Amino acid sequence: MLLTVMMGLSITGLALAQDNQPGAATDDQVNAVARQLYCPVCENIPLDVCGTQACAQWRELIREKLGQGWGEEQVKEYFVAQYGDRVLAMPPAHGLNWLVYIIPPLAILAGIFIIYSAFRAWKKPATAAATDQGAALPPDPAAAVQDEYVARLEDELSKR
Amino acid sequence: MIANLGFGALVVALLVSLFGVGAAFYGARSNKTVWVDSARNAMLLTFPLLTLVALCIITLLVNGNYEVEYVASVTSNSMPTYLKITALWGGQAGSLVFWTWLMSAFASAVTLRKWARDREFLPWVIIVCLVTLIFFLVMIIFFENPFARIWQPPLGAPLKAMFPPAGAQLLVQADGRGLNPLLRHPGMIIHPPMLYLGFVSFVIPYAFAMAALITGRTDDRWIRLTRRWTLIAWLFLSLGLILGGRWAYDVLGWGGYWGWDPVEIAAFMPWLTGTAFLHSVMIQEKRGMLKHWNMVLIILTYDLVIFGTFLTRSGVLSSVHAFAQSAIGPLFFVFIGLTFITSVGLLLRRWSELKSEGEMNSMFSREALFTLNNLLFILILFVCFWGVIYPLISELFTGQKVTFGPEWYERITGPLFAGLLLLMGVAPLSAWKYSTAKTLGKSAWKPFLVSLVVPLIVIITGMRQPFAILGLWLCAFAASVTLYEFGRGALARHRIKEESLPVALWRLAGRNRRRYGGYIIHLGVVLMALGIIGIEIFQTQTQGMISKGESLTLGNYTVRFDSLTTFDYKDGRNVARAVVTVLKDGKPVGELHPRRDYYYESQQQMTIPGVRSTLEDDLYVILADWQPIASQGATFRIYHNPLVNWLWLGAIVFILGTLVAAWPDPDPELVSERKSRVQPAASRV
Repeated sequence: MLLTVMMGLSITGLALAQDNQPGAATDDQVNAVARQLYCPVCENIPLDVCGTQACAQWRELIREKLGQGWGEEQVKEYFVAQYGDRVLAMPPAHGLNWLVYIIPPLAILAGIFIIYSAFRAWKKPATAAATDQGAALPPDPAAAVQDEYVARLEDELSKR
Repeated sequence: MIANLGFGALVVALLVSLFGVGAAFYGARSNKTVWVDSARNAMLLTFPLLTLVALCIITLLVNGNYEVEYVASVTSNSMPTYLKITALWGGQAGSLVFWTWLMSAFASAVTLRKWARDREFLPWVIIVCLVTLIFFLVMIIFFENPFARIWQPPLGAPLKAMFPPAGAQLLVQADGRGLNPLLRHPGMIIHPPMLYLGFVSFVIPYAFAMAALITGRTDDRWIRLTRRWTLIAWLFLSLGLILGGRWAYDVLGWGGYWGWDPVEIAAFMPWLTGTAFLHSVMIQEKRGMLKHWNMVLIILTYDLVIFGTFLTRSGVLSSVHAFAQSAIGPLFFVFIGLTFITSVGLLLRRWSELKSEGEMNSMFSREALFTLNNLLFILILFVCFWGVIYPLISELFTGQKVTFGPEWYERITGPLFAGLLLLMGVAPLSAWKYSTAKTLGKSAWKPFLVSLVVPLIVIITGMRQPFAILGLWLCAFAASVTLYEFGRGALARHRIKEESLPVALWRLAGRNRRRYGGYIIHLGVVLMALGIIGIEIFQTQTQGMISKGESLTLGNYTVRFDSLTTFDYKDGRNVARAVVTVLKDGKPVGELHPRRDYYYESQQQMTIPGVRSTLEDDLYVILADWQPIASQGATFRIYHNPLVNWLWLGAIVFILGTLVAAWPDPDPELVSERKSRVQPAASRV
């Protein structure tokens, strides 16, 4: 949807008064690429919003490359070649960086495993089977939950 | 003169704190209350001393004593007085003093409570608070002295020191550099104090937890004592995070409120463990379980608080090598390491005494669902921690820096947050101990059906993004369960006590503030989630250079550039103020005034957006200040942020809910006294 909006806007944008040559990339097209990159010098600031003169020049560079017909990926690769992996919004998956993509899923699995073992340890083996049949229900399972709630409420109120 | 007074007070505060630790330790070990009382007085004395320190700094700031380096770095002649006062926390040294002042304030408040029933905790709580205080005082006095002055030695460049180097003269500048313009916004004025209030107040439950471990009183007494502290600490931390987001939205100019920046995450991490802790202490109180885990959580929260302060202050985030350039980095690191090891050591010593009293009867019981809630919070914490730490690891081992953008965080934490929303819907319906899939299903089917209406409506009206639909359904489910709980309770009261429904609702919440306050907080979270879904999934933007009279279009909005005025403002800035008209579907709906402020002294500029806010969306117009701004052509960037104001409204509901939950109950002793007086009369009838 965003792509459609941008394409529509870029056509409209070209029709608006711009100082660029006809056929040059619009601000929106530049930002679409710049948004996927990070400022090579500032800390953690995306390239499309960085206000420094250096970043403004880099955005003009992107405009120039797009105007020459470069694709998005080509522009990104160019920046990586010039300034290193830090300009990308996600660490590229090579070398040590594989840890970035492996560790979180492993941690999630480990967490689930720990909880599962903890639950099993907390249930006494004898009552494990009984719980499965719902025998751990309070004495009157036929009572509507509403009445059980009322009883709890009465209990709580009488304590006060 | 004032600088020397302030510095002297700092040194005395350090000495008093050292004495307090010694006295408390000796008094506790040899069981001599007179020494513990002395330690208590030492603790109380630090507060007026540190207040004096803060007042000295404020005096220097307001009077423009630019020979003091801190004053020169954060104030200037043209700043208004109120900003000069808030410059106390505008720079590193001053904000560390502010942190320390808050610590002594809270520790003193805790020391002043009635200790009759918990005498054995007192010395250890004092020690933990004072040790934290000592750490910060050492850092301030030896490494980040707010009273250091600038001296001009006979040869060489000016240098900064507390006491005059040989033969040097005081260098008094005519004007200071002024506060960073980005910090001159109301949100940024209260954001650091709120965040620090949250950080510092979490030290108190940690102190009690350590006292419990040391004294062997490992029952839930320490939790009950600190219940309100924890809630208030959590309130401030939440408020600090929300205000930070609001400031980013209003001032930073990228049309967003959270960028997954490591500094933001640094403050978010203790909030995650704090929220997990808030929930899991209920399990310990109701069922005597998870005692080890609660200790782990509070230790993590404390060390994450220190770590958070460290991350934002030590420069380690700009480069792992910057870390070692100031002594602050290694000091923080050592302190966190030592406190972590000591706390864990204490926990291991008492491990067997923290055995669970209950057992988990069912996977669907409230304690099981709360444990799942904790799992999700810890996983989100892990992802955040990994995202902050890995770039440092990468730089250390491969020399290559990497960046973790929002996409990485959102992809992994998205499902986890969705899980939390789901639990918010399911857990209120579960009971402690006895709940099965069947009983849960019986309670849940009605709100579940009601919640399905929402995805149905959005699909019918054309929404196709699966994550948005799922997210909206989860919000609807959590909301309908929470409202259902209110409804059920109020109806029950209405039937038994014959109260009218509004009265029933009021008394329901009043009788069980923690539970119903919690439900209001959940409703606040649902509203915030609604705003987040709107802006994250459906935001659109455009940018273009237009001259006077021309327009930019975004969706069904048009923004027409009407005029531009440029003028100087009395507090030292040049303002370029654009007037734009917003048209929706061709009809004018408002006028906005985005502007660019250029501060002469600091030669910095900032842009303030013009925003048209409705419940439905925000139209956010900002000037691009790296391009020329003139009537002949100015570059505007426009963001359309659907539903974003629900984020701020939800935050208000969230805060109100926390106040309800934290509101003091009438003294339980008084209540039972009243009851015992009434009942004999009733039995006569």
